[in-house]
Amino acid sequence: MDVAVILAFVSGILAATWRMATPLIYASVGEVFAERSGVINLGLEGIMLVGAFNAYTAAFYSGSLWLGLLAALFTGVLLGLLFAFFTVTIKANQIVVGTAFNLAGSGISGFLFESIFLKSNYSSLGIPTFNDLSFPFLTKIPYLGDILFHYNILVYITVLLVPLASFVLYKTAFGLAVRSVGAHPKAADTMGISVSRMRYICVVIGSVLTALGGATLTLAFANQFVEDMTSGRGFIALAAVVFGGWTPWGATAASLLFGVFYALQLRVQAMNSVLLPYQFLQVLPYVATVLALISVRHRAGSPKALGVPYRS
Amino acid sequence: MNSPILRMENIVKTFPGVVANRGVNLEIRRGEIHALLGENGAGKTVLMSILYGLYVPDSGTIYLNGQPITIKSPKDAIAKRIGMVHQHFMLEPTLTVAENIILGQFPSWTILNKQRIGEVHEKIRSLSNQFGLGVDPAARVSRLSVGEQQRVEILKVLYHGADLLILDEPTAVLTPQEASRLLEFLRDLAKKGLTTIFITHKLDEVMQVSDRVTVLRDGQVIGTCETRETNPRALAKMMVGREVLMDLHRKLASPGEPVLAISNLRVRDARGLPVVKGVSFTVRAGEIVGVAGVSGNGQSELALAIAGLIDDVAFDRFQLEGKDVTRRDLRAASHRHSAHIPEDRQKMGMVLPFSVSENFILEEYSSPRFARHGFLRGQAIRSYSQNQVKKFDIKVSDVSEEIANLSGGNQQKVVVARELDRHPGFLLVNQPTRGIDIGATEFVHQQILAQRDGGTGILLISTDLEEIFALSDRILVIFEGEIIGELPSDRSQVEKVGLMMAGKRDPDRE
Ligand SMILES: Nc1ncnc2c1ncn2[C@@H]1O[C@H](COP(=O)(O)OP(=O)(O)OP(=O)(O)O)[C@@H](O)[C@H]1O
Ligand SMILES: [Mg+2]
Repeated sequence: MDVAVILAFVSGILAATWRMATPLIYASVGEVFAERSGVINLGLEGIMLVGAFNAYTAAFYSGSLWLGLLAALFTGVLLGLLFAFFTVTIKANQIVVGTAFNLAGSGISGFLFESIFLKSNYSSLGIPTFNDLSFPFLTKIPYLGDILFHYNILVYITVLLVPLASFVLYKTAFGLAVRSVGAHPKAADTMGISVSRMRYICVVIGSVLTALGGATLTLAFANQFVEDMTSGRGFIALAAVVFGGWTPWGATAASLLFGVFYALQLRVQAMNSVLLPYQFLQVLPYVATVLALISVRHRAGSPKALGVPYRS
Repeated sequence: MNSPILRMENIVKTFPGVVANRGVNLEIRRGEIHALLGENGAGKTVLMSILYGLYVPDSGTIYLNGQPITIKSPKDAIAKRIGMVHQHFMLEPTLTVAENIILGQFPSWTILNKQRIGEVHEKIRSLSNQFGLGVDPAARVSRLSVGEQQRVEILKVLYHGADLLILDEPTAVLTPQEASRLLEFLRDLAKKGLTTIFITHKLDEVMQVSDRVTVLRDGQVIGTCETRETNPRALAKMMVGREVLMDLHRKLASPGEPVLAISNLRVRDARGLPVVKGVSFTVRAGEIVGVAGVSGNGQSELALAIAGLIDDVAFDRFQLEGKDVTRRDLRAASHRHSAHIPEDRQKMGMVLPFSVSENFILEEYSSPRFARHGFLRGQAIRSYSQNQVKKFDIKVSDVSEEIANLSGGNQQKVVVARELDRHPGFLLVNQPTRGIDIGATEFVHQQILAQRDGGTGILLISTDLEEIFALSDRILVIFEGEIIGELPSDRSQVEKVGLMMAGKRDPDRE
């Protein structure tokens, strides 16, 4: 192989990395808020799936991608409120509720997709998707243009989202309250901060961003909903939160790392000279996730009250 | 001037199975220091938590400045200029002092930029100087000593502008020096017009600092009196309902074989600095050796090292009940041959979300007494726990209750009861009566002495000189990680020990 081929291969992977990482970034940055406030939302997978489905349905019937996005946003708010109601108000076990969300999310979206779309005789189930933006000159720069300047708007939003999330968490009174509620809720309570209120807000933030992450799948990457199309991305986002040390930048870096493996898998699969059955390649992101989690086993930093309902 | 700032009328508060307050009436005058006394579980913390909005009373009325008010949350309390320093600190160690102090102060959208933080730091610094607290607003709380954390708690309350200050056992974790500094400080605050409600178990503190005292027992007020018209003995009787022996009767010790012999024990802290610097001593069966010292001079590490709970330890020799122990099996040997009452009950002494009876069997759960063929014997555990509860007079509605719901002193009693019941050859006791009332202190002291008379060798670590002299047969003084002297336990030595604790190696020379 000569240099040009290798360069093309690497840039090809990098060009797909950010795109593949985008749904993970949305979900994991959102989940950083939930977990920093002390609630672990194991139901990301289900929420992402329902977000993807509702975005698709709204876009399909209205013809507007923006309405699709709005539908995902509302989905996130509703599911977030529901999750918070169970875990914060009723104080049910967070792991159990999360698992229920995943099962229900997969079941309901699959059932609805089948009964609304597959059983009807639409001539096409496709929807238009968000187009890649093109920037004068920049897009044309060799390699760099491919890696940085050929994505759709939903990918570029992460450029704003991550610094904003970090700013909110570390530089505002709200963020300080979030961190204190997740670490020492009783102390926060005695300072007049409402633990439940903060947890509701953070769970909703997490759920909304996760649903939007789901929407990127149907509105930008595929042009259609597919049953269980998130295929574990919600869980990988949870892993990214841990691997990223519960910070927005860390979660983003972890998401990008996992994105590399998604891209690698796609790229190698696309090449004709396959040495391995493609199933081996598909496993890559998950193996990377497991390895990443093993490597952080000894690092402290999880919010101390994570997963523990607060009773005054 | 002497109009009441606060009146609590007929306050009733029940928890499932427990009545914590049964119709409490309390009147606090403006500008006074009002001591609140009572046995463990008498309802002091609950009453004050109601005042601070942490609990809602079942019935009763609170009047502030003559007006009936309702306090639904701490937010309301802060807005009404009521501040509280809690029995267990309410500080988040990963945040800075300033961040802990401004929690909840600003509206959510406030941006905490350099300038805003700078202003906060400035305000904290000037308050700290004004009251001589010496608190650095930028320091991370995890780096502060217990005494400093206490001052941060007080600063927190002053920062939010309290008129009425509630202190729940503020001196329980302080060294005698820090405690007397705090008491002076409370006097200063009173002169500036602040009103203070002060909970303590130490009668001399009550006599020294308060204007009036209210005694609670079993969720009811027994009486309120002017401090100068009463005395410790009378207060003790009011609290406990019987005469309390303020002096223990201690038989002469008859020491036997050494149960613990240590030579040249060295411990380093997390940063690699030496904190215990070559300590050697022996504890014999049937004697109590007291380690006196100002806290922070290596006692905690010494205790952890002996219990095998710390990693960076070295020694020339370590013998337990006559057997040499190596560095590697220190933990196991220590667990086999000794019992340990740790200094921080919540961190090391118990599992908070477990029930009282589960906490009783934490160490012996697999012994035939409590388990058969790998199954726990529920009935045996239950009746054992009920016996212990009765014997140690622990206030709890049922042994299946979560230990987290017990009052601080009752939690301590569970730990003491469990450890004493292991009948070890060697007993390591670190601050055994922290936060427990005088009746219970008397009881625990008697139990420790009974263990000694039964032939157990006991190492007692305490920052409370009273306790050291009341129990020990010999006294070692620890200073900056070294044992700088050994004295007989004789009241005439109190002053000398005090001087040595402050670092004078040879007080007789001067
Ligand atoms: N959250 C709770 N749930 C159930 N019972 C409780 C709770 N808080 C306190 N109690 C019970 O109420 C009673 C009074 O407790 P409180 O903490 O007021 O005692 P206290 O006077 O402060 O004792 P101490 O000196 O040991 O701190 C105790 O019997 C305790 O077990
Ligand atoms: Mg109390």
